[in-house]
This record gives sequence, C-alpha cells and structure tokens, in this order.
Amino acid sequence: MIYLDNSATTKPDRSVLESYTKISTDFWANPSSMHQFGGEAGQLVERARSQAASILGVNTSEIIFTSGGTESNNIAIKGIAIQYANRGNHIITSKIEHPSVREPFEQLAENGFRVTYLPVDLDGRISVDDLKNAMTEETILVSVMHVNNEIGTIQPIEEIGAIINKYPKCFFHVDGIQGFGKVPLDLVKSKVDLYSLSAHKFYGLKGTGLLYVRDAIQVASLLAGGNQERRIRSGTVNVAGAVSVAKAMRVSMEKYNKYLSKMKEMHSFLYRELSEINGIVMNSPLAGCAPHIVNFSIPELNNEVFARTLEEKQIYVSTTSACSSKTRALSKVVSELGKGDKVAGSSVRLSLSFETTQEEIETALEVIRESIEKLSELKK
Amino acid sequence: MKRIYLDHAATTPMHPEVIETMSKLMGEIYGNPSSTHSFGREAKKLVDSTRRKIAAAIGAAPQEIVFTSGGTEGNNTAIFSAVRSMKDKGNHIITTQIEHHAVLNVCRQLEKQGFTVTYLPVDQNGFVSVEDVKNALKPETILVSIMYVNNEMGAIQPIQEIGEILADHQALFHVDGVQAFCKIPLNVEKLKVDFLSAASHKINGPKGVGFLYVKKGVPFFALQFGGDQERKRRAGTENTISIAGFGKAIEVYEKNLDLYTERNKNINQILREELEGIEHFINSPKEGAVPNILSVSFHDVCVQALLTNLDIVGLAVSSGSACSAGSHEPSHVLKAMFPDDEDRAQIVIRYSFGLGTTEEDARKAARKTIEIVKKL
Repeated sequence: MIYLDNSATTKPDRSVLESYTKISTDFWANPSSMHQFGGEAGQLVERARSQAASILGVNTSEIIFTSGGTESNNIAIKGIAIQYANRGNHIITSKIEHPSVREPFEQLAENGFRVTYLPVDLDGRISVDDLKNAMTEETILVSVMHVNNEIGTIQPIEEIGAIINKYPKCFFHVDGIQGFGKVPLDLVKSKVDLYSLSAHKFYGLKGTGLLYVRDAIQVASLLAGGNQERRIRSGTVNVAGAVSVAKAMRVSMEKYNKYLSKMKEMHSFLYRELSEINGIVMNSPLAGCAPHIVNFSIPELNNEVFARTLEEKQIYVSTTSACSSKTRALSKVVSELGKGDKVAGSSVRLSLSFETTQEEIETALEVIRESIEKLSELKK
Repeated sequence: MKRIYLDHAATTPMHPEVIETMSKLMGEIYGNPSSTHSFGREAKKLVDSTRRKIAAAIGAAPQEIVFTSGGTEGNNTAIFSAVRSMKDKGNHIITTQIEHHAVLNVCRQLEKQGFTVTYLPVDQNGFVSVEDVKNALKPETILVSIMYVNNEMGAIQPIQEIGEILADHQALFHVDGVQAFCKIPLNVEKLKVDFLSAASHKINGPKGVGFLYVKKGVPFFALQFGGDQERKRRAGTENTISIAGFGKAIEVYEKNLDLYTERNKNINQILREELEGIEHFINSPKEGAVPNILSVSFHDVCVQALLTNLDIVGLAVSSGSACSAGSHEPSHVLKAMFPDDEDRAQIVIRYSFGLGTTEEDARKAARKTIEIVKKL
C-alpha cells in the first residue's frame, strides 16, 4: 500500500493521537468554567497556544484555535472584510486559491465588494507587478496562499508582504495550509497579518486548526455566542483538539528538520522521472515548488481511469483536490496555467509525506509507467 | 477530599467507550472522506454511519443532518440561514429571554442589522407560555428560536405546542437542542421543527463536533464556504474520528437512557433532601425539567466567595453557564424568571450531573455547600 495523497490528508502521528487521547481522558472540562477542572483545561489550552505561537514566531495572544483550515480562511477573509468595510471595498486574491478562500471572496463580491483575481503564469505563480498594479487606496485585504494545494507552487509571500505593507489600510492573509511544515515562512518578516493552518495536513487530527491574527487587528466574528478565543471564535474550546494541534506542529517541525533533504531528493527524482515518461505533461513548476507535491497531466488519457488503475495496485493518488473530488470537471488550478482543457481535465497529483520512502516512489513510478502504457494501448 | 465534578451541563467527561472507539479508529481510518479512493471511502462510511444514527434518533432522514463543529456553530448557522432565506417575507424574530448566548447574541447582532426581535419572558418556573408565542406572532414573523431544555435550570419548553402553532405560519422554527438531545425523547417530525442543533460534548462525546438538523425543503444558506462537503452545507474536511466518537456516545446514551434518567432523578432527589438543612430556593421547576440539572439560590451570600470556597474543597459547580466565559454576570435566566428579585439571580448555584456521579458525591456536595454558606 502506497499512500501518495498526503495533501488531501495525512496519517496522524502516534504521539498526536496519544496526546489527544490523554487530554480527553484526564482534562475534559470546559476551559471557560471557573473551577479547578476548568482551570486545568484552560491552562492546557494556553500552553498549546504558546507552543503554537513560538513555532510560528508570534505572540501567544495571536493564536485562535478553530475547527480547521476552512473555518480559519472563512473567519480571516469575511471577518476582515466585514470589520473594515468602511475603509474600502476592494479585495484581492489569486485565481488559484483553495475553494475555502475563493468562495468567501465570491460571497463578498455578491455583497458589493470589488474583487481582483490575480492571474498566474505557466508555473502557477502570481506576478508581484500585477499585485502592485492592482493595489488601490480602497484595498483592504489581499489573500494569497503560500503553497498551492494542487500543483505545489510557492508564492512570493515576502515580496507580496512588502508591497502590502506600503498600504496601511490593507491586511494580508496567507492560507498556509499546504505550506506549513514543508516550506519555511517568516510571518513577521513577511508582514503577514492573518495565517490559516489545518492540523490534519501535517500529522494532526481533522476538525482542528488555527488562525493567526496579529494582535492589533479586530476581526468580525462569524459565530456569536460565548465570546471565546479573543471574541473571534465563539464555542466551547476543543481542549484535546487544541493541544493536539500544538503537538502536531512540533512533530511536524521535527520531521521537517530530520527528513526535509530526503524529501527534496525524492521529489526531484520523482519529478525528473515523471517528466521523461511519454504522454505526461508536468504541471508543477521545476523551481519554487513545495517538496511534497508533484502534479502532472495525461492529456490523451482519462485521469480517473488512471487513478483507479493505480488504486488496483494499491497506489493512492488524487485527480483534483479532495475538496472538489465529487464534481468531476477541469481542475480550476491547472486551467489557470493556460495549457488547454485537455491538460486541465487530466491532472494527477502525487503528494508525499515525510514517511514516504524512495522504494515506494520507485514502485509507484513503475506502476505509473505500466499503467500509462496499458491505457494508451487500450485506446488504440 | 476526592474532587467532585457537578458541572455536566458545561461539559461532560468522555465515556470510556467513546475514547476507546476514537483511539482505535484514529490510527486506522485517516483518509479524507472527499477522496474517491478506498481511504476516502472508508472514512466517508464512518461519517455516514453516525449520520444515520442521529437521523434515526431524532426521526429525521440522513440527508437532513449536517455535521458542525458544535452547538454554537449549529445555532448560528440555523438562525442566519433562516433570516436570510426569509428576509423578503418579514423582519420579525421571536426568541426567549433565557436562550443560550449562542442564540441571544446572534439575535442581538440581527437587531443591529434592522431585524426586530421579541424576547419572550418566562414564568417563575422557567417556562415560556404558548399563549405568549401566539400573541407575539405577526404576519411578518420569519423565525422563532426557542431552546428545548434550558441549560441553567433544566426547564423543558413546550416545543411541541409551539410547533403546532407555527405549523400554519410562515415562520421557520429553530430549536436549540443542545441540552435535550439524547436526554429526553426528541422527534423532529412530532415537534414540527425546521432546525435543531446539538453538540456532542454534552453527552460524553468529544468536543468540536455537533450537528444541525435541517428539514428537507427548507431553504438553506451555509455559513462556511469552501469544498463540497455536507452537500455544500458546511465546507471543511469532515471531522471523521470525532464524528465517529459522537456516534458512539449516542449509542451509549440510547442503551442506558432509562438507567441514566433514574440515576439522575435519584441524585436530584438526594441533593434536594440534603439541602433542606439550609434556607434556599430551588430555581429548577419541580415538574417538567430534565433531572440532571438542579439550580439553587441562597440568601445573602456572595456567589463569588461561595464558588471559590466550593472550588477549594474540590467541588466543581457553576453559577450560570460556562459560556458566559470568565465572568460572574448575574444569570440572565434567573433575571428572566424573577424580574423583581435581583438577588436571586446573583446567588445561584447550578448542580449538573451525569456519568460517574455517585450518591455519595451528591451528599458530600450538598453538605459542603451548606457548610460554606453557613460560614460565609
């Protein structure tokens, strides 16, 4: 069994499971309660908050625990737009964002905001000049993902941050969901105001995540209620979940420090080998790509059939992002690369974890070669 | 003294079987339920199995269940969706003065946006009057949101009667079922509700998961956007393992409902008897309340001092709901029940109990309370 769909979700690390289970067993109280039980649970949440903050290099008070990446993105984007609507009504994002960013922007557009969607080049990267040209005095929010979830392209976050920093009315949100733990990012240096994470993408549990919100920033909350989490996110705090997020972040950084060079080597190897296969068009960029994602298309073949063929050999890949797997259509991201519908309609993503081995990659490559050959034969 | 936790209405310990189920599944089933490969499919099966369990428990169809991150999200989603879908038909909302903040604060927000909200009073027993609902209804009423069981004193509201009245009215009916789900019989068809929210951590399940029932055919607007999960009603990768844990918690509750109810009645009785040693008021109604919550007020005591002292001796109770986070505001529920008696809302103690609470715990708790109240 070779699982190469780690961008959809990762297998949680054993130590994360253990910490979730331990906290659930021993410290299950409501952290808002004022008695000892609540106090202990609250302390654990605060400790997790400070651990998460220190890994991100930010202040403890800047971490808001959420139910995951989608919620973090929704709070950041709609929260800023609603809170600061009186400052301006222009917001900017890219054309290749995850649906949990794109859809909130579409919703804001329906509500009177003017949205600029920045295009990307053949590598899937936005141009810093395009951003410069799009910025106005009315711009209150720019949201750009750090690493694209389908093709792995790394965006120039630091340069983008420097531009936005010249506009004091404008906030900068980064969807860090695919980047965290694989591609370094200095939030402070990059002038990032809001940053979303989802723990199940880095060996944590589903239903957990966080949003970094710089201290000075107010965000309109999307949920009204008990005013937990700096009044930004009402609802009983998921104590064990919050602790497991911090744990997953630590585990993830340890793996990063230990295995990054190995992952990079495997990634280059995989990229090189794939690009030599007849019938494959590479979608991931050669340079400036996250080390865990390789995306390619098989324009002459049906990518769904291809994925099923691999699955028969117990190799698990995906054809588009899991979040839109149900609607079989062109990949929105690959479409934006401008390589035509045939390429956009036949993309395949392999995504590695720090546990993936060279042997698994070699086996997968072999099966990929065979499958392409077999399917091409059948077509003739 | 062994510490005693009598704050089950704030949150409950996870049932050992729930923890076991979750720990077992966590390491095994980790696919993304939206993935089309077998990892995804087995994860999806887990989610759908709980969905069917919930549907069966409340007399709904599986397609009518939307998983959420908990009660607050469920309440917010239901109310915002309802007013959005009905905004061309009126701007009047009816709720009660004793709702949870996850409903009250949404209504206050809607007032700022131009909606008119009627906050119905309750009687001294904590019940909303069906007549009041009838009288408050206007042609332009678009939503009625009333909790099934009050979280501070346990009164069960006449939801079925209210549902009857609303059956002939355009207004949508939302019921906050967070304290009711699994604790009392609950059938959405019989109650004629359009939305019902519940949370897992109130029934010995994990935190961070809950559900919203949305009646088939009722227009729906999501709060959270992104992927196509939950039939586009709630974007975000499904919280697979917690959902499975929630399912287990429901199963355990269903199996033991009679036993739990009996036990809670017994604990309730013991508390009432033991507290007779000191002058007090019982705020929970004698009839028509869930047995697992008992709200009591004492004379001339500083509630802050009382709670602190109780906490020092290892007794965890609360003054109101945990969710009015971090402050000892006078209880809005008690204020609604006794508008002319300000003190009563100041000095309220809520005992709420469940899994693991023993008769001995109840006796000790009552005795400690008496001791401390007398000392103070």
